[in-house]
Amino acid sequence: MTAVSDVSSHAIARARWRPAEIVFWVLALSCAFLFPSRYLIMTDILRLALFTLSLDLILGYAGIVSLGHAAFFGVGAYSAGLLALHGIINEPVIALVVAGLVAMVLGFLTSFLVIRGVDLTRLMVTLGIALLLEALAERFSNITGGTDGLQGIEMQPILGMFAFDMFGKTGFFYSLIVLFLLFLLARRIVNSPFGLSLRAIKNNPLRASAIGVPVNRRLIAIYTVAAFYAGIAGALFTQTTALASLDVFAFERSADLMLVLVIGGTGYLYGGLIGAVVFKMLQELFQTITPQYWLFWIGLVLVVMVLVGRERIHRWVLWGPNLIIRQVFGRKAGVAVPESDAP
Amino acid sequence: MSIRSQLLLVAGSVAAMLALAPAQAQETVKIGLILPMTGGQASTGKQIDNAVKLYMQQNGDTVAGKKIEVILKDDAAVPDNTKRLAQELIVNDKVNFIAGFGVTPAALAAAPLATQAKVPEIVMAAGTSIITERSPYIVRTSFTLAQSSTIIGDWAAKNGIKKVATLTSDYAPGNDALNFFKQNFTAGGGEIVEEVKVPLQNPDFAPFLQRMKDSKPDAVFVFVPAGQGGNFMKQYAERGLDKSGIKVIGPGDVMDDDLLNGMGDAALGTVTAHLYSAAHPSAANKEFVAAYKKAFGQRPGFMAVGGYDGIRLIYEALKKTGGKTDGDALIEAMKGAKWESPRGPISIDPETRDIVQNIYIRKVEKVDGELYNVEFATFEAVKDSGKTKK
Repeated sequence: MTAVSDVSSHAIARARWRPAEIVFWVLALSCAFLFPSRYLIMTDILRLALFTLSLDLILGYAGIVSLGHAAFFGVGAYSAGLLALHGIINEPVIALVVAGLVAMVLGFLTSFLVIRGVDLTRLMVTLGIALLLEALAERFSNITGGTDGLQGIEMQPILGMFAFDMFGKTGFFYSLIVLFLLFLLARRIVNSPFGLSLRAIKNNPLRASAIGVPVNRRLIAIYTVAAFYAGIAGALFTQTTALASLDVFAFERSADLMLVLVIGGTGYLYGGLIGAVVFKMLQELFQTITPQYWLFWIGLVLVVMVLVGRERIHRWVLWGPNLIIRQVFGRKAGVAVPESDAP
Repeated sequence: MSIRSQLLLVAGSVAAMLALAPAQAQETVKIGLILPMTGGQASTGKQIDNAVKLYMQQNGDTVAGKKIEVILKDDAAVPDNTKRLAQELIVNDKVNFIAGFGVTPAALAAAPLATQAKVPEIVMAAGTSIITERSPYIVRTSFTLAQSSTIIGDWAAKNGIKKVATLTSDYAPGNDALNFFKQNFTAGGGEIVEEVKVPLQNPDFAPFLQRMKDSKPDAVFVFVPAGQGGNFMKQYAERGLDKSGIKVIGPGDVMDDDLLNGMGDAALGTVTAHLYSAAHPSAANKEFVAAYKKAFGQRPGFMAVGGYDGIRLIYEALKKTGGKTDGDALIEAMKGAKWESPRGPISIDPETRDIVQNIYIRKVEKVDGELYNVEFATFEAVKDSGKTKK
């Protein structure tokens, strides 16, 4: 077998849909019917999952660290808000795509700054861009509403048929569909030759360029795509909450995102989704128990999580289920969790 | 087989979600209290939370045969949190009131929900005029910036202050304060020599203060939200403005009782117009201050009073409706409610659902070694001029 066919057969094997993945999405859909009173928090999780997916694309696959991903989220959020507020594009789906494209343009323009330099420089540059945008949004308060946020956004029904309701049902299904479609796209991207070349760059940029991968062009491309994803997440945020305020650009948002990805694991697309579920659940749990000091507990959990190591926690969580699975299906049927950098 | 393991993780989380599913309403009246308990506005949230607890300790947790249950949520003063929490409280916990709201954007974010769900929204802190106009179910027990700003504007014009520089936080309440002050002050013959708006999220006043100093006014009109006043006065003193003869005037937010004592002597002589001072000389207030100090080891500020009166309004309304929790009936019961608060006599304006209260002109003085806002003039039953003008 030649090396080329080896690589491609490997890629094809990875790209195949596994039954468990289908079960995952069916489960996500069934949540809508299992917990009809929790649409809002579930919508929140979906938005965060999409946003995390965006960071995973650049961090997990291309190795670009970012502490300013909220910049694109915020641009998407304000774009969607302004489009709806001034009645420029009333149809939410078109507005969503347009808002994503606006963020994408910004992503493309700033990518040239980001690809210069390595990790620490990138952290500073991305952080700087987000802070810059936040300051701009505050300065031009006549457009953005400043600290008061965009007030009075009224969302039109999706495709003219499905109106946003108070219980968040429409918003939930809307977000779920958008997340699923973009997930499919992301899945296609990372399993394509393009996606494989990103992994090569992540592992060793020098070697990647030596074998003929155009490193900078690939990084610019994936950064731009990630910006589109983040912009869509931001636009979903505005559309489902009918709000956009300065905190969409907040540093905390970018930092939380990093935490979510750390919890879920980088470099496999489900990491972001699972991280979002776990993170929001922890937050909700601690906020309910202690509205005043929940930050302490969530901090403690994160420290413990990092100290113990995600792999070990996964193993503990899976110990019980594995015991059952082994009883039923025999010794070799146990379940393992992919490590942070799946091959 | 990696994906299957992820499914198990998610299944675990789903189980956690089930555990969080709320209990259903019975013979209790539930109040969803949404406050900033973390972040920059946390002092507001803590004061209101304390005051609500204090009132319920003093008056028991049963009204008209119903048990009162308060569900506290932290929104960190971020409006989309506020909205989500309000929505969940209404839909899942089936609360009969939503209350709190540390900042104006938070109160506005919840307004459409109050209308849709016909749930009374009790605003205990936020002070922009327009809030009560956003929903017929909003009632306010705090104050509006127009109330205090118009009065300090009149007072300044009549008391020999000719030139004023203004420094206000750049958001809705700050703009309200500035506009109403300007309107009454210039009508009285005063002149605004410098107008500076500072970002809400930027607590560094130094560059702005330098500009203030250069424009040589008789006084500086200052509005910063409760909690930032201490920082302002510190920098004011550091820049030597206190020695340059430039006085600080403003609505009383900057001289919040919560922080006043830590400001040091630079604050002495500051004249502000406001609804409440911990030094208010009434029996009701003395009792309130003593009880609050005993329970929480600090002095109550005007935010605490807003919370104290807010929970009282809920009690009074429930008494009137005999425990019925229909939104419209509750709002009707609240309209025109009247009682003696620690801050003095107050009532709810039946037309605007906004608070009508006395506004006091106060000067910072040393009483028994502690700094207090000592009241020396009273304007009685002040309505929100933000609305009466329309």
